[in-house]
Amino acid sequence: MDSLARLGATVTDSVAGIGRALAMLLGAIIGKPTPRKSWPLFIQQMYVVGVLSLIIIVVSGLFIGMVLGLQGYTILVDYGAEQSLGPMVALSLLRELGPVVTALLFAGRAGSALTAEIGLMKATEQLSSLEMMAVDPLRRVIAPRFWAGFVSMPLLALIFSAVGIYGGYLVGSGWLGVDEGAFWSVMQSAVDWRDDLMNGIIKSLVFAFVVTWIALYKGYRCEPTSAGISKATTSTVVTASLAILGLDFILTALMFGG
Amino acid sequence: MESRKSHIFVGLFVVVGVLALLFIALRAASGSTVTAGETYTLYAKFDNIGSLKVRSPVKVGGVVVGRVTNISLAGEYYEPLVEMEISKDYDKFSETTSLSVLTAGLLGEQYLGLQPGFIDDTVGTLEDGDTISDTKSALVLEQLIGQFLFSQGEN
Repeated sequence: MDSLARLGATVTDSVAGIGRALAMLLGAIIGKPTPRKSWPLFIQQMYVVGVLSLIIIVVSGLFIGMVLGLQGYTILVDYGAEQSLGPMVALSLLRELGPVVTALLFAGRAGSALTAEIGLMKATEQLSSLEMMAVDPLRRVIAPRFWAGFVSMPLLALIFSAVGIYGGYLVGSGWLGVDEGAFWSVMQSAVDWRDDLMNGIIKSLVFAFVVTWIALYKGYRCEPTSAGISKATTSTVVTASLAILGLDFILTALMFGG
Repeated sequence: MESRKSHIFVGLFVVVGVLALLFIALRAASGSTVTAGETYTLYAKFDNIGSLKVRSPVKVGGVVVGRVTNISLAGEYYEPLVEMEISKDYDKFSETTSLSVLTAGLLGEQYLGLQPGFIDDTVGTLEDGDTISDTKSALVLEQLIGQFLFSQGEN
């Protein structure tokens, strides 16, 4: 009986959690737009969330592209098909690795920081004081962070893919001697603008939405203690990563499976 | 001052992101322009185009002079009709030019091989919209094997 009750409690809690998260998001993004007030806040968050994540994205993109070039070459050269290295690198980056790895890194780099920041604001009762001054914390704190994450992650994913393709080109063409013209031209004939590039961007938009939302909700709902903040931060990274990988499978099946 | 600095960095970030998009769109993915520069259109009817695809190259002696832009069935007998764009740099092909579907290597992609015809006072050159009539279809391996087995059986 007890275990049945626990199961029931878990289900109600998680459904209530989804409802609260949705309510928080709607409260943050729906309302009269006030560009004069919210634009500087948005820019500030773009700097924190986007610009400061640039280094990890560029470096990991470069290395992942280089590793793809190296590993792909060793297999393709057995079949005399090393000219297909270009499309292999470009397609795997644009379709999968670009959006997914960027989202995972983004969850670790920016998502955890957002959770910790908002959690600490809550623990030190800054959110309550905002409310006492008749400032809506959802509009003032949550909304600019949400938009900043939603806008900056697709940009980061694009930068990741571009740098990765260049890394694959450096290793494949510069080091291993795949013909430079063949590398680009075979890539161009294999990569389609709508099928590959647009689907990759749609994926990264979905991931940006989910990761930022999870990070903000975990911070907003965390226990206002130091242990609670640490738990919320961990939970952000774990939940966001699982959500990214699960959603990626569903999106891939919808986009490329049929 | 602090906010101005972050404004600049955010602006740079957005510019870099858009540049990455442009790099991918122009360098890695294919747009509508398949041959640089001005082109003119030629048509050719085949019996069988094999696995020729849109964007397959048209080559003269291994040099790419154009691309296949459209493949459709045309006429009463539903013959494959290939539309291709040839670079304006090469606009003096004679009317006796022939075209064949060739394969790059044993397992490679198929492409169109263009064999320029002879030039004489009596033959004109191919203009925009002309159709090349002298074409050779793709070799279909199954048919070849079938013919070979058939001819073996007769002996």
